[in-house]
Amino acid sequence: MSQSLDAYLILASLLFAIGTFGFLARRNAIAMLMSIELMLNAVNLAIVAFGAYVPALAGHGALIALFVMAVAAAEATVGLAIVIAIYRNKRTPLVDEYASMRE
Amino acid sequence: MALPQTIPLLGWSWDDLIFVVLAGVMLGGALMVVIGRNIIRSGLYMILSFAALAGFYVLLGAPIVAAAQVLIYIGAISVLILFAIMLTQSKAGPSNLVFHHQAWAAGVAAVGLAVLLLIVILFTDWPAEVADGVAAGTAAIARLLFSDYVLAFEIVSVLLLAAVIGGVFLAKREEALDPGERQVDEPTLARQPPPDRPRGVAASEGP
Repeated sequence: MSQSLDAYLILASLLFAIGTFGFLARRNAIAMLMSIELMLNAVNLAIVAFGAYVPALAGHGALIALFVMAVAAAEATVGLAIVIAIYRNKRTPLVDEYASMRE
Repeated sequence: MALPQTIPLLGWSWDDLIFVVLAGVMLGGALMVVIGRNIIRSGLYMILSFAALAGFYVLLGAPIVAAAQVLIYIGAISVLILFAIMLTQSKAGPSNLVFHHQAWAAGVAAVGLAVLLLIVILFTDWPAEVADGVAAGTAAIARLLFSDYVLAFEIVSVLLLAAVIGGVFLAKREEALDPGERQVDEPTLARQPPPDRPRGVAASEGP
């Protein structure tokens, strides 16, 4: 079971679907960012699994996962800074009260 | 004392047991992140989910990725998110309504996406063998990083610098935005001391 690529890919797709639901359904901006982190981790799991099972990707998979982690760290920094900046003006972390950015 | 080759009652290998336990912990933690009512607990469950994922990386023979997962995700990103949670929650506590009114549509979309991905995965012939040199370890990865991927490495370092500067700029308070205003303000403040602190006290404190 732990020695097949299918199991890891199924696991990654389930994690990605959970993250998708959280991103679409939660009202809190930070909960949405946490869901994005879950989705990025699901993709990372798939990348590392491919790196472990596809001979042409041996070694490359782990490296690409490390790059994804670095970019995710940058994304989290800027995203949380934006949420804090909006919170300072709006005094709420709930995204459905950010509707004035539409106009 | 040596462990038996397989688990006595189930007949699984030990890797399978670890896989099942980690999968349960990871998916359960992720579900609690998404449906939890208290957002601080959501953040803590996210750390649990990331830790289980680090275990998967070890199981896949990528210990450097597992170490980076623990350092970056558990050590840095989770702490950043917890700080942001504590900065942005109002005193009223967690709000009653966790989800949007359209949460059912999100559920349909997530289930549809999961079914689509599972169909794609199950109906494709993936390579079944573990690739040679997977345990090629950290030295080979480091050699690859500084030969083939050195351009990407430099670009990522510039990106991280830009993200740090952007984060500091965005999260900064707006009063400090214009340095010219403060230079104008300071002489007027010096001319008009606050009434509760007379000048004589400040002068007598000097040596």
